[in-house]
Amino acid sequence: MKKTLIAALFAGVAVAGAAEARDQIRIVGSSTVFPFSTAVAERFGKTTSFKTPIVESTGSGGGLKLFCTGIGEGHPDITNASRRIKANEVKKCAENGIADVIEVKIGYDGIVLANSRATDRMSLTLKDVFLALAHEVPDGACGSADACPMKANPNKTWKDVNADLPDVRIEVLGPPATSGTRDAFVELAMEGGCKAFAGIAAMKKADKKAYKKVCHTIREDGAYIEAGENDNLIVQKLTTNPRALGIFGFSFLDQNDDTLQGSTINGVAPEFEEIADGNYPVSRALFFYAKKAHIGEVPGIAEFIAEFTNEATWGPDGYLADKGLIPMSDAEREEWRAAANGLQNLSM
Amino acid sequence: MTDPRQSPTETILASLPRRRRAEARFHFYGIAAIGIALAFLILLIGAIGHQGIGAFSQTEIALDVTLDESVLDPSGTRDPETLSTANYRAVVRAALGEIFPDAVRKRRDRRKLTALVSVGAGFELREQVLENPGLIGRTMRVWAPADDEVDMLFKGVTARDSGRFTEKQLGWLDRLEAEDRIRSAFNWRFFSNGDSREPELAGILGAMSGSFFALMTCLVLSFPLGVMAAIYLEEFAPRNRWTDLVEININNLAAVPSIVFGLLGLAAFLGFMGMARSAPLVGGMVLALMTLPTIIIVTRASLGAVPPSIREAAIGLGASRMQAMLHHTLPLATPGIMTGTIIGMARALGELAPLIMIGMVAFIVDVPQGPLDPASALPVQVYIWADSPERAFAEKTAAAIIVLLAFLVVMNLTAVILRRRFERRW
Repeated sequence: MKKTLIAALFAGVAVAGAAEARDQIRIVGSSTVFPFSTAVAERFGKTTSFKTPIVESTGSGGGLKLFCTGIGEGHPDITNASRRIKANEVKKCAENGIADVIEVKIGYDGIVLANSRATDRMSLTLKDVFLALAHEVPDGACGSADACPMKANPNKTWKDVNADLPDVRIEVLGPPATSGTRDAFVELAMEGGCKAFAGIAAMKKADKKAYKKVCHTIREDGAYIEAGENDNLIVQKLTTNPRALGIFGFSFLDQNDDTLQGSTINGVAPEFEEIADGNYPVSRALFFYAKKAHIGEVPGIAEFIAEFTNEATWGPDGYLADKGLIPMSDAEREEWRAAANGLQNLSM
Repeated sequence: MTDPRQSPTETILASLPRRRRAEARFHFYGIAAIGIALAFLILLIGAIGHQGIGAFSQTEIALDVTLDESVLDPSGTRDPETLSTANYRAVVRAALGEIFPDAVRKRRDRRKLTALVSVGAGFELREQVLENPGLIGRTMRVWAPADDEVDMLFKGVTARDSGRFTEKQLGWLDRLEAEDRIRSAFNWRFFSNGDSREPELAGILGAMSGSFFALMTCLVLSFPLGVMAAIYLEEFAPRNRWTDLVEININNLAAVPSIVFGLLGLAAFLGFMGMARSAPLVGGMVLALMTLPTIIIVTRASLGAVPPSIREAAIGLGASRMQAMLHHTLPLATPGIMTGTIIGMARALGELAPLIMIGMVAFIVDVPQGPLDPASALPVQVYIWADSPERAFAEKTAAAIIVLLAFLVVMNLTAVILRRRFERRW
């Protein structure tokens, strides 16, 4: 008797759990876009008659993978990304029947190198950043590809990197290799500094793999400390260790600017206006992607896009700016708003 | 080396001080070990308590709000759709303008002034009006939640000269305080709201309900299945190679990292059975898979601890094997089974890893009403808040940990009490 009862219960549970018609938008994707996407989702839920969308933080790559698995209620409607969708991902989407994707660029995020206000602000160049953190650095002037022998990074202090910098041991707390912030930092800051050497820049054409290895590999001798995915942890460690620098997203500096200061890079401070104007070199664009086929099937997607691209949301005075998003220029916003609300297809 | 001239008694007497010293050292090691463990525990609880206590109070600002019909419902139809999308923020702004008529003239100042009050003030007015449209046209005093930055200022987390407030803003706040328009009240929102991106509005109720539904599902599935499997294996199954294999597998499963169960759940429940993502029902099923081996092992141990004489006596008096088990062995083993189950549940309550895979690690504002509604769970809430940039989330994180710990303590205490009250010794 008991057994049949339990078997019936188990079966009942399984049937009840089968996906029913969905009336709620589902969003996946980048952890960098997560704070912005959730803020919009919450306002959307509280100011319209639609349900609050559910936002999962899966990382840009993971999000696009889920997004591209298919059409239908079991698959997410929108994915956030802290980089542009790649050609092979578009192809994967198309293979699974997702031909029409709407691309929306939402703004920028700056990656900052910050330290405690207890010490002086650092003024770095991208070249300094590369020389301080790369696994291998050029041995000599590195004028051309042939005359550019590499050696293991010997720099112990910032003074070794650049005579103008203080005589302080290099200690940088940053995200681990799995993080999107790390990817962007390596691509924008490390590679930017690496290219400053004519010899390495010439290598890019000759041997792309070797070039990437030189520019993208971070040293592992303790000067760069992987501090985990949690940016708050890095912020806390910086206040207790004034000699260290930390790498994290601009919104964390924005929230802690009474205890931390961002280093200037190539003479530009990581400030809201400088990143918005594109002067600050270590910044990246943020996106979200929506499935056209789901519009009309899942209620509210078009309205959600309209809410996100509203001036009061993503404009310079919008609430996302308060959360640390760097808005696009007026012209760029106008262009993306028109494309998004016209449900224009992604074109690579 | 013992002196050959010493008698055995002398040898023993000579060695006594050394043995006593060894004994004392051993005692000391034990006490030191417990002392260190206790010190860490106190440090942990102290640090979390110290940080989290602030989350239970919230700075509020008194506003005399006029629910102006021309703003909220210009057509006067009281249509719920109109009322739900009306501009309540404008009403709040107007209330602030009443207090500071000079400040609202310039757009920039108006923004700075409105930023002191949480956006939640508008949301809460909306709730009230939707519940009772008769409020429209009336003026009433409401205690609106202050913005998280203001809250942090009054709690002393941020300093006045931190540069996070302009001189003007500080002046306004001082005037509000002088007019007794600022108070620190018990933060009921923390227990009645779901998650939010605004720290002052973020609450734990959604995560608590999610954890509750997931744990109930877990209990309903894993307890009967686990107990029955254990009874069969312990009391009825023949001992052969197959049952040995089953036993080894169960012991192995108990040690499998929990994320693996999440992957299994993703493939089986979401992929194959097509169940909904983020549902606590699925979460409970995954946690049940994880808890099953623990319950089976504990139940078998409890059944095995019942002296065989009781079983033999029952069978000797003519009971069938099933009767002997149901009437005698099982009731005697129940306290042990209960204890094991509660400890298994407590472990499931703290699990985060398997929930990532099935989409329960998500930002979900609406409080779930049933096991099929999307939900997060308590450890998920801790994880999401710990990762948020706003400083005020630090105290929310600690407060969520306090709530989680409180649940764990209650569950473990129940286990201890059950064991104390019903345990029989032979």
